[in-house]
Amino acid sequence: MNFWEYVSNRYAQLLADSYQHASAVFQCMVAATVIGVLVGVVTYRTEWAGNLATSTTSAILTVPSLALIGLLIPIVGLGVTPTVIALTLYGLLPIVRNCIVGLRGVDPALVDAAKGLGMSRVGRLLRVELPLAWPPILTGIRVATQMLMGIAAIAAFASGPGLGNLIFRGVASLGSANALNQVLAGTLGIVVLALLFDAAYVLIGRLTIPRGIRA
Amino acid sequence: MPDTPSTTTESGDSAQEQPFRGGDGRTTGATIRLESLSKTYPGSTEPAVDNVSLEIEAGETVIFVGPSGGGKTTLLKMINRLIEPTSGRIKINGEDVTDMDAVKLRRNVGYAIQQSGLFPHMTVAQNIATVPKMLGWKKARIKARVEEMLDLVGLEPAEFQQRYPRQLSGGQQQRVGVARALAADPPVLLMDEPFGAVDPITRDHLQDELIRLQHELRKTIVFVTHDFDEAIKIGDRIVVLREQSHIAQFDTPEAILTNPADDFVSGFVGAGAALKRLNLTRVRDVNVGEVPVATFDQPLRSIFSLLDSGQGNEVLLLDKHRRPYKWLRRGDLMRAKGSLARAGTPVNDTVTRDATLRDALEAVLTDNAGRVAVTGRRGEYTGVVDMTTLMNSVHELLDEDRMEAIEHQHQLEEQAAEEGSS
Repeated sequence: MNFWEYVSNRYAQLLADSYQHASAVFQCMVAATVIGVLVGVVTYRTEWAGNLATSTTSAILTVPSLALIGLLIPIVGLGVTPTVIALTLYGLLPIVRNCIVGLRGVDPALVDAAKGLGMSRVGRLLRVELPLAWPPILTGIRVATQMLMGIAAIAAFASGPGLGNLIFRGVASLGSANALNQVLAGTLGIVVLALLFDAAYVLIGRLTIPRGIRA
Repeated sequence: MPDTPSTTTESGDSAQEQPFRGGDGRTTGATIRLESLSKTYPGSTEPAVDNVSLEIEAGETVIFVGPSGGGKTTLLKMINRLIEPTSGRIKINGEDVTDMDAVKLRRNVGYAIQQSGLFPHMTVAQNIATVPKMLGWKKARIKARVEEMLDLVGLEPAEFQQRYPRQLSGGQQQRVGVARALAADPPVLLMDEPFGAVDPITRDHLQDELIRLQHELRKTIVFVTHDFDEAIKIGDRIVVLREQSHIAQFDTPEAILTNPADDFVSGFVGAGAALKRLNLTRVRDVNVGEVPVATFDQPLRSIFSLLDSGQGNEVLLLDKHRRPYKWLRRGDLMRAKGSLARAGTPVNDTVTRDATLRDALEAVLTDNAGRVAVTGRRGEYTGVVDMTTLMNSVHELLDEDRMEAIEHQHQLEEQAAEEGSS
């Protein structure tokens, strides 16, 4: 059976796996974005807190994903939970870092003007600082998504959802009839998903970044 | 918007939202009183602003001028409490605002800064609407106000409303910055070197606009600059600040130019105080001279007799709208063989009655005969200035200024003596 016959035979299964993969990444990205932006907003104004947030999140990233999931299994068990926790943690770094850099990069004169016009702390953040920091934050989200696409494949190790299952099954049965097809289908699926997500981010960027600050 | 009050009246002018304001309609200026204001930054022993007291009248334009690092911006930012004073009180229209909610205070004090400080992600209309929106104005009212403000600063609303700041020139951005500061009709406008970053020609233009605007609006304007010429041009009164915001002199431009309080002020005024003084007086304020005039339809004979009658040796020929046309000298008619059309030298420069004496001097210096015709509103002849007129006027002005300054000083001394004895 060649690759295309394999794909047409199993396309229902492949679609289901792809959907699960995408959905896991998407949900973890939403969580990582909310947490990441909150951490950024809370820490950007103090030198040490911002640095602490950045170095903590980058420390997490240095832990190999397989090891992290392995460490999580005894604590939270198998399945979806360790996958979600691991993906969310890995997604944090680019978002937190870009959020802090973006917020710190807002021209102090604009913050001064906003204050001088009588904007409250919250108003300033919501109407001036975050909108101006949004392009770098969105870039962080994009980078994080690309990363999570690959890392999510490892989740199959903890019986998590997604295209990783195909790859793992293929790797485990190398030499058997469909092993190579499984690995190939899983990998290609992830690449296609990553491209689709990226296209979506370009569209989101065009819709949400005001014309006045678009590059 | 979390900070918008949901229950505001149609006018939005409820006393709670708009403190220290007068009655209905257009808000004109309010008085500002600074009482022994000081600011010491944490970790520093020297105060940045040291015990400053100042009284600014309603509707007046006061300029803070001084070398950079002298604390003039700090002092300005203490008025809307962007910098909280360490001690002292701030009173606007008699109301103590030192402990008032800072956000509420700032919504009622206009604020314009260098390089306009426009929010780049908002359109011109959104920028101008910032404060009215926070005050909870109705949509229709905000829209009308935005258009009114753009009109006021000389930008066509239809053309500029939907543009983003980066699509505007520096001068246009600055205009929008002023429009935004004035959008909620605050009685006080604080301007922190607003024209510092634009080219000299645009700056000159913006200064003229501000003077015109202030003539219409009569706000209390506090304006920070390090450019003394700008201070003279715009200010009703000027505060010259030295280090730690100590007031070196607080007086009218005329008084500071002719009678600087000390070496620091005269050093800051710089050379050419008398020349700068010329900027403050207009041609209509001095005695312009007269020359014999004639028109084309007059018989040649009468022109000859004018020339012969002895008042000067030339006649100014006017066209049919009585506008200066040609200078005619004694010999000119002879050389042109009696033809008025060919005789004389055309008038190439005139000054209006609204021109400054500096402009007049410039014109007199470049004129090869050392005199220039003064024209009225429609370009009609009203008189002539020459070097003598200018010199006499300047002497008179300087003498007057000096007398006033001395009188002023006497008053101050008397006051001080009275306070000392009581």
